Amino acid sequence: MEHFNLALVDWSRAQFALTALYHWIFVPITLGTSFIIAIMETIYVKTGDEMWKRITKFWMTLFGINFAIGVATGIILEFEFGTNWSNYSWFVGDIFGAPLAIEGIMAFFMESTFIAIMFFGWNKVSKGFHLTSSWLVAIGSNLSALWILVANAWMQNPIGMHFNPDTARNEMVDFWQILFSPTAVNKFLHVITSAYTYSALFVIGISAWYLLKKRDVTFFKRSMVVGATFGLIASLFMILTGDESARQVFRVQPMKFAAMEGFYYGETSAPLVAIGLFESVPNPQNPKAKEWAAKIEIPNMLSYMATLDPHAFVPGIHDLVHGNKEQGIVSYYDRITRGKTAIQALADYKVAKKANETNKANASLAVFKDNYKDFGYGYYDDPHNLIPNVPLTFYSFHTMVGLGFLFVLIFILTLIYVVKNKISNKKWLLYIALWSIPLGFLAQEAGWMVAEFGRQPWVVQDYMPTLTAVSNIDHTSVMITVLLFTITFTVLLIAEIKIMLKQITGFKDGGH
Amino acid sequence: MTVGRKLWLIIIVKLFIMFAILKLFFFPDFLKTNFKSDSERGDYVIEQITSPINNK
Repeated sequence: MEHFNLALVDWSRAQFALTALYHWIFVPITLGTSFIIAIMETIYVKTGDEMWKRITKFWMTLFGINFAIGVATGIILEFEFGTNWSNYSWFVGDIFGAPLAIEGIMAFFMESTFIAIMFFGWNKVSKGFHLTSSWLVAIGSNLSALWILVANAWMQNPIGMHFNPDTARNEMVDFWQILFSPTAVNKFLHVITSAYTYSALFVIGISAWYLLKKRDVTFFKRSMVVGATFGLIASLFMILTGDESARQVFRVQPMKFAAMEGFYYGETSAPLVAIGLFESVPNPQNPKAKEWAAKIEIPNMLSYMATLDPHAFVPGIHDLVHGNKEQGIVSYYDRITRGKTAIQALADYKVAKKANETNKANASLAVFKDNYKDFGYGYYDDPHNLIPNVPLTFYSFHTMVGLGFLFVLIFILTLIYVVKNKISNKKWLLYIALWSIPLGFLAQEAGWMVAEFGRQPWVVQDYMPTLTAVSNIDHTSVMITVLLFTITFTVLLIAEIKIMLKQITGFKDGGH
Repeated sequence: MTVGRKLWLIIIVKLFIMFAILKLFFFPDFLKTNFKSDSERGDYVIEQITSPINNK
C-alpha cells in the first residue's frame, strides 16, 4: 500500500463522491415525476377535465426546471473516469463502456426527442401523441438509469467477464448474465422505486404547502391523490426490493452486509439491531471495538434477512478476516496470500511473454488463473484495511431503512385523509409531508452511502481496490477541480432552488 | 426573463463550462494523452497494477 499515493486516492474519491452526490439531487426527481406527470396527463386525456391538464402542466414545469439544471451533470462522472480513474477505466474495458454507450443512445434518442414534444407540443400534436410522448420520456429516462445501474451492479458483483492478461482488460463474455445478474436487477428496481418514492414526496410536500396556505385547494388535493397513491405503491416495492437487495449483498459482499449491521462476531440465529448506537465511534480498523451504548434487537431477524432461515449462520467481520473453518469461510489472510500470488504471476507472465519464454509464460498464466478470484486482496498486508467504515455504513443503512418505513406511513395517512377530504384539517400531517422532501433526499443519499462506502476498499469487488484504480496524476490538480465543482454545482443548486421556489410560490391556477 | 429563457441560458452556460473549460483544460483522457497505442496502454496498466510486487 505504501506504493500508492493515498492523498490522490482520497481527493479523487472526494471528487467523485461530490459529483455523484450533486448529480443525484436531480436524477430521482426526473425518474419519478416523469411517470407522475404521465399519469396525470392520462387522467386528463381519459376525463377531458381541463384542471388535470393544468395540473399536468404545473408539475411538468417543475420537472422541466429540474431536468434543465440537472441535465449533463452526470457527464462529469465520465470525464473523471478518463482522467482520474484511468487504470479502472482500462481494467473494466467494454463491460462498463457498453452499458454507458447504450445509456447515451437511449438518453439522446428517447428523452431528447420526446421531451421536446412533451414541452412544446401542446396544441401542435394530437392529445394521444402528446400523451405517448410523455410516457416515452418517462420510460426513456428510466431505461437510461438501467444501464448505468447495470454497470454499477457489475462493479459490486463482477460476473460474465474474462480477464485478458495481455491487454489488462476484462472482456465481456456474457452480456445477458451481466444485464440480468440478480445484483443488477435488484439494484435497478430498488433505485428506481426509491426515486419514485422521493418524487412522490416532492409532489405531496409541495401540495401540502399549498394546502397549508389554503391556495388552489382542489388543484393540489388532486395532485396529492396521484402523488400519494404512486408513492405508496412505489415505497412498498422499494421495501420488497430492498429486502431482496440485502440478501444479494449477503451473498456477494458479506463484509458490506456485516458492516451494515455492525456485526462483528458471526452466530447462528443472529439478531438484527433495529436501532443501535455505538458506545464511541469504533476504530474501523479494529474489529474488536464493537461496543453498543444502546440497541434494540429483533431475535433471529438478521439470519432471516440474510437467508430466509431464522436459524442460519451469519458471518461477522471477525469471521471474514480470520476465517471460520467450521462454516467454510476462507480468511482474508489466505485471500491476501493468493492475491499476492496472482499479482506476481501476472507480472511474471508479462516478463516471460516479452522474452518469448513460452513455457514460463504458460506456467505463470496457470498460476494467475488459479488465484485470480482473490487478485485484489494481494495489494494489502493487513486484512483490517479491507474493512469498510462500519459506523458510517451502519448509520447510513439504518437511516435509509427507518426513513423508508416512515414514508410508507406518510403516504398511507395522506391518502386516507385526502380521500376522506379531511387533509386540510390535518396541519401536522401537512407539515410532515412538506418536511419529508429533504428527508427523502437524505434517504436517497444514505442509500448510496451504504452501497458505495459499504463496498470499500473495492472499486471492482475482490479484483480492484480503489487505490489501484486511480491515474498517476498530481493530486493538487484534483484538489483544484474539486473546488471548481463545488462552486459550479452549488451555483446550479441555488439556481434550481430559486427558480423552483419562484415558480411554486408565484403559481395561481388560471382556470378559476 | 421567462422561466424558459432562464433555463435555456443555464443549460448553455453549463454546457460551455463543462465542455469548453472543464473537459478541455482539466479532464484530458490520461491514457489517450500519454500513450499512442492500446498495446502501450495495456502494458502501462499492467505495470501499474503489478507495481506493488515489482517494487518490493
